Amino acid sequence: MRSIVVQNLGKQYRIGEHQLPYGTLRESVVRTLSAVPKLVRRRGKAPGRSIWALKEVTFEVKPGEVVGIIGRNGAGKSTLLKVLSRITEPTEGRIELHGRVASLLEVGTGFHAELTGRENIFLNGSIMGMKREEIERKFDEIVAFAEVSKFLDTAVKHYSSGMYVRLAFAVAAHLEPEILIVDEVLAVGDASFQRKCLDKMQEVSQHGRTVLFVSHNMPAITRLCARTILLDEGKVISDGPSHQVVNAYLKSGLGTTALRKWPDLTKAPGNDIARLLAVRVRSEENETKDAIDIRRAVGIEMEFEVLKPGNILVPNYNFVNEEGVCVFIASDPDPEWRKRPRPVGRYLSTVWIPGNFLAEGSLIVGAALSTMDPVVIHFFERDAVAFQVIDSMDGDSARGDYAGPFPGIVRPLLEWNTQRIMNDADEALMAAPMVQNS
Amino acid sequence: MYSVLETSMSAIDVGKRQRQTSAGESPVGKPERPLAEGPLVVIEPSKSWVALNLRDIWVYRELLFFLTWRDVKVRYKQTLLGATWAIIQPLFAMLIFTLFFGRLAGIKSDGVPYALFAYAGLLPWTFFSNAVTNSGNSLVGSANLITKVYFPRIVIPAAAVVAGLVDFFFAFLTLIALMFYYRVPPSISLLALPVLVLLTAVLALAVGMWMSALNVNYRDVRYALPFLIQLWMFATPIIYPSSLVPAKWRWLMSLNPLSGIVEGYRASLFNLPLDWRALGVSALLTLLAVSYSLFTFKRMERKFADII
Repeated sequence: MRSIVVQNLGKQYRIGEHQLPYGTLRESVVRTLSAVPKLVRRRGKAPGRSIWALKEVTFEVKPGEVVGIIGRNGAGKSTLLKVLSRITEPTEGRIELHGRVASLLEVGTGFHAELTGRENIFLNGSIMGMKREEIERKFDEIVAFAEVSKFLDTAVKHYSSGMYVRLAFAVAAHLEPEILIVDEVLAVGDASFQRKCLDKMQEVSQHGRTVLFVSHNMPAITRLCARTILLDEGKVISDGPSHQVVNAYLKSGLGTTALRKWPDLTKAPGNDIARLLAVRVRSEENETKDAIDIRRAVGIEMEFEVLKPGNILVPNYNFVNEEGVCVFIASDPDPEWRKRPRPVGRYLSTVWIPGNFLAEGSLIVGAALSTMDPVVIHFFERDAVAFQVIDSMDGDSARGDYAGPFPGIVRPLLEWNTQRIMNDADEALMAAPMVQNS
Repeated sequence: MYSVLETSMSAIDVGKRQRQTSAGESPVGKPERPLAEGPLVVIEPSKSWVALNLRDIWVYRELLFFLTWRDVKVRYKQTLLGATWAIIQPLFAMLIFTLFFGRLAGIKSDGVPYALFAYAGLLPWTFFSNAVTNSGNSLVGSANLITKVYFPRIVIPAAAVVAGLVDFFFAFLTLIALMFYYRVPPSISLLALPVLVLLTAVLALAVGMWMSALNVNYRDVRYALPFLIQLWMFATPIIYPSSLVPAKWRWLMSLNPLSGIVEGYRASLFNLPLDWRALGVSALLTLLAVSYSLFTFKRMERKFADII
């Protein structure tokens, strides 16, 4: 008995189609006119440059199995989920899905800000494939899970982001599909809500439903999934018990990339104003490093090319830890360039994070170039590079001699001052006259 | 193309499940796993021949309802005057046209008071133009849905057209009031009206759906559409009767499927002689348009998520 059968799946993207965001009508009119003689053979167009986002992917999933899918960015995870969810069509191969499929590629798909919580439950539920009668039946449960009963008739645009996410996940959690496809939705919400979501997913899987779960959150993967599939460059690299696959992945260095380059300017992230050329994690000794001692400073370097003059451009980074929490954002505060447009040319921008500041673990760095007023994001490479912060426990870091779990999203070594301001003898001296006076 | 073989929908599916069951994978004895009863979905690259999965639309009819409901609700919530806009739009257009074309230019109106004549044309026209505009922009406006959830994409432009029917209803109430005012009695020919409304909606869907799909590829559509709609209005007997057009050019007029339909509205409302031939041509053209549009949409649908 099988729940999902994937055979030789491939998905090809044509690069040319992405280069020009949208075609122009004129271009197409010309093309159509010139294509009239070969109308029949439309599909056999010149191949052009193309990439395989997925290639020869084959696996099977049994009913009730919870399978994690990991891999670095661009490995094909999202494409796989999109093909499985029927959002985009495969180029080759075949998939069989035995059962009703619900995919949660995003929390709150189709939520409308102007509508109330109540209205959005119905709208979102039906978009996710629930029948109206089913939504009515589960309505109270959904509201209770989301903890929004007081705000049911308030437009969701007035919700806090936490409430919004809770409501959205609550609807999704009450779908009753035989196959549930989940993409990284747990990267949102506070820690207690994330826990609730993980528990709910565990519950779903205990009811014999099949779950495919894509995440960067390795602890969640190992906790939820017995089996994990590792993808790289669109292919299945390994498939087996989660702890084995996750360990292999972390060790292989696939998980962290300290250096990313975009040699082809036309394919680099960016627009016609600026493009990203490279991002790198470096040490003070100018070495590219993916593991940094917690006591040492670490530099993040981005090289970008300004193609058009006349724009105020501010390089910035965001730092996200392995739980998906944004630890902080760093934005170049240089007063000179705050008001001055950058001329055309190549730039190298480095931010230094001091030693004894970051917490242990991996950090994923997003690199962006923005204009602040009005806000224009010229490029934002979400997972540009990643590195590990290692606390070697020599006693001179913030954890001191304590070797146990040391929570916190940062681990600064702060200035402490602990002085002895009184000793036993002083106390006796001070106490003595008081006793005599009374 | 995806082939959804829904449980109750297709004989092929029944066959498949029977084969499955006979292969020893019977759910008997495993009551906690109703998988074999669930739908089996096969995803494969589509062949060049496009299957028109009209059943899919039926399966997703509730979504069509909810998207329509959302469109209507949001529009009425965001505007101060809400449903009144549905009346104001054709009413003011009528007043202006009556002044300029009825009074100043003295355009004939087939024996009906010009104001009523113009409103009867503006009623379907307002519905048609709003439906085409809204559905033409609907796919691009729903990019977040298209890249995140699967459902037959046709539901999106269709919902925009159906939402227009709600406005049509309000505008129609005004027409009834106007008919009372001008003492034009209703007649038995009013029975043809539902058919005409359906034809208008289908034609609007055909054009809107085609435009919405083109819009995904070519954002030029957004700019071309208002222009096209404006031209179309003058090519349709809305502010003038088709009897104003010289007989030797009538055939050209009948190539516009909307002209037969609009004249049909007037004939039905005011009990005028109906030009059956013109209406027949309109119906035929509408049918052709919607078939072409459906096929084009289906063919382009596969790439929406990749391009949008």
